Amino acid sequence: MTVDFIFDLLNQFLPGFSGNGFLLLFAMLIPCLILFGFIAVYALVVIYAELKVSSFIQDKVGPMGQGFGFHAGKWGLLQPVADALKLLTKEDIIPGSANRVLFIMAPFMIFIGAFVSFVAIPFGESIIVADLNIGIFYILGVGSLAVIALILAGWSSNNKWSLYGAMRSAAQIVSYEIPAGISLITVIIITGSLNMQEIIAYQQGGIFNWILFDNPFIPVAFVIYFISALAETNRTPFDLPESESELVAGFVTEYSGMRYAFFFLSEYANMFVVSAVAATGFLGGWQSPISGYLDSPGWGVFWIMSKIAFLIFIMIWIRWTVPRLRVDQLMNVCWKVFLPIGLINIFGVAIWTVLLGS
Amino acid sequence: MGVVHGQEMVLNIGPQHPATHGVLRLQVKTDGEVVSEITPYLGYLHRCFEKHCENVTYEQVIPYTDRCDYLASMTNNFGYVVAVEALMDIKVNDRVEHIRVIMAELQRIASHLLGLGAFGLDVGAFTPFLHMLRDRERILDLFEMTCGARLLYNYMWVGGLSHDLPVGFVESTYNFLDYFEPKIDEFVNLLVHNKIFVERTADIGRMPQEVAVSYGVTGPNLRASGVKWDLRKNDPYSIYKSFEFDVPVGEGGKGSVGDCWDRFYVRVLEMKESIKILRQALASLPKEGDIHQSIPKKIRPPKGTIYKRTESPRGDLGYYIESDGTNIPYRLKMRSPAFTALSVIDEIAAGWLLSDVLAILGSLDIVLGEIDR
Repeated sequence: MTVDFIFDLLNQFLPGFSGNGFLLLFAMLIPCLILFGFIAVYALVVIYAELKVSSFIQDKVGPMGQGFGFHAGKWGLLQPVADALKLLTKEDIIPGSANRVLFIMAPFMIFIGAFVSFVAIPFGESIIVADLNIGIFYILGVGSLAVIALILAGWSSNNKWSLYGAMRSAAQIVSYEIPAGISLITVIIITGSLNMQEIIAYQQGGIFNWILFDNPFIPVAFVIYFISALAETNRTPFDLPESESELVAGFVTEYSGMRYAFFFLSEYANMFVVSAVAATGFLGGWQSPISGYLDSPGWGVFWIMSKIAFLIFIMIWIRWTVPRLRVDQLMNVCWKVFLPIGLINIFGVAIWTVLLGS
Repeated sequence: MGVVHGQEMVLNIGPQHPATHGVLRLQVKTDGEVVSEITPYLGYLHRCFEKHCENVTYEQVIPYTDRCDYLASMTNNFGYVVAVEALMDIKVNDRVEHIRVIMAELQRIASHLLGLGAFGLDVGAFTPFLHMLRDRERILDLFEMTCGARLLYNYMWVGGLSHDLPVGFVESTYNFLDYFEPKIDEFVNLLVHNKIFVERTADIGRMPQEVAVSYGVTGPNLRASGVKWDLRKNDPYSIYKSFEFDVPVGEGGKGSVGDCWDRFYVRVLEMKESIKILRQALASLPKEGDIHQSIPKKIRPPKGTIYKRTESPRGDLGYYIESDGTNIPYRLKMRSPAFTALSVIDEIAAGWLLSDVLAILGSLDIVLGEIDR
């Protein structure tokens, strides 16, 4: 557990400060800062990936450039940096009729929702900020914080488009949490634990021990989880809250500059979180796909990152391929398709586990 | 906008909105997501086209027609010069006629490509839009090769054309057709049969035959409702009589006749028919013929009036010209197909959800430059 580890380390090297709580605060701050830096860098990388993958799909070249002048850098590598700088230096506009307090609060709220999920994501056997015994439950729980932030943003903007976006996203995220949770229950049934590390430990021993291949019901659960995750992160085909051709930009219509960047950042952070949960719950987490091969702690980070990267690539791929659903069709898919299938799936997994269980 | 009840909200879509295809403002009355009333407001792009025409000579009108339907400038030129030529009783030679048809059909494909792509964009499919723009670009390259312009051509003149076809144009066009024909099937696979796309468009915004006819809707929108009406067949102008092609009509392939999906698919089929015409026209293109042969020294039509209509990518494009015997039209009226298409929106889109209204608007394929003029 990282916080305890850093706290012990600090106590050892700075014995003069121990006892007044300062070191504990410091020990908590360090992993948070590291995570924040990680999210920022990850966002730049995934924005670049999104640009390049979409260019590949759409038969264009995407960001290009030579050297490090005022172009976008070699292969356009500096394009996301330029985007980030542009957003940082933009004028900060708050509409006159907006509710200032809520308007300012919303981008931070949504980012907190995405950020706190990161503490329970295991990157390796010992690389986890907080190894909670209810890790998967915790991530599902704090993931719902985003709804509050979206409603705040939509309501406080005092804009009809924002309001539409907020109402759509509230309905959407709340609904899709149910199939997402239901499909994760199957994982919990099999492993008998809510702890992320224990779920991963269960899948030890190569690709065929992953939960995905545990029994024939699990792939269904995985697909349901992945599609629900798309809906929860407002990605196409479920990007109704910010559908640019209908609602201008949905709940972010009135946001600009840094505040807009925070919405953007948390969308990408959420993508990471849901992919990490999928990788942990179904794809063996930081375990190597081949038992005993490249499974040192350093390679563990590599394995989980490549699994997450693969899932994010699929999300980008889907985004640039399919059209958008309509709001009532979205609800139909959730309540009339995913929910019944998910429930039947739970029974299937439960019976399978009881009869043929490990 | 009538009485707004407690639960209802009035929403302004546009004039600055990503889905209005220009500067259109739709005032919609919504109850939650359901739209109960739509009022389009026009005039944001009004440039006094008809009044301008009363003050410039006949040949100077042609660049103005370019700027009406800026996505189908060639066919706008075409309609105007056909009208003036009929008024002056000018016959152009075969080569000019062939080149005009080739240009008009290329323009039809280009216009449909943009219309279909933008419709895809309206329902959230971004990639097909760029694929279609990529192919449209090749048509614009052909136009650029011919007359130097990519959007506003001023290519067809009364009695002739501004430039002859450049060397290599025919081969380039053949190359384009060979490249483009399989691409249509790609679009069909990518978008037309996409499950989500079908869900979003089939049975949505159905325009019954009677409604379409009574509103005067023409072009692909009318044909999607099952009416076989194409001026190239029903009132042939130029040399369209000599080509073989079909007039595709909506058959309700995924839902009912006249829905958004039909309006989309009819345009796809029309591109295929245009390719047929292009192949025939290129094959029979006369080698000889001076394109400036019939251009009159002075364009002074005799006193009289004429109404001539042609099939633009959006429907019946009519020009009414009243001449008082001078070199300036006394009155010029343009019948815009997009205008009638827009007028039907309240009839077919009321009662649908907000997302559907924008899909229906996209399926009508309007161009605001032509509506406002």
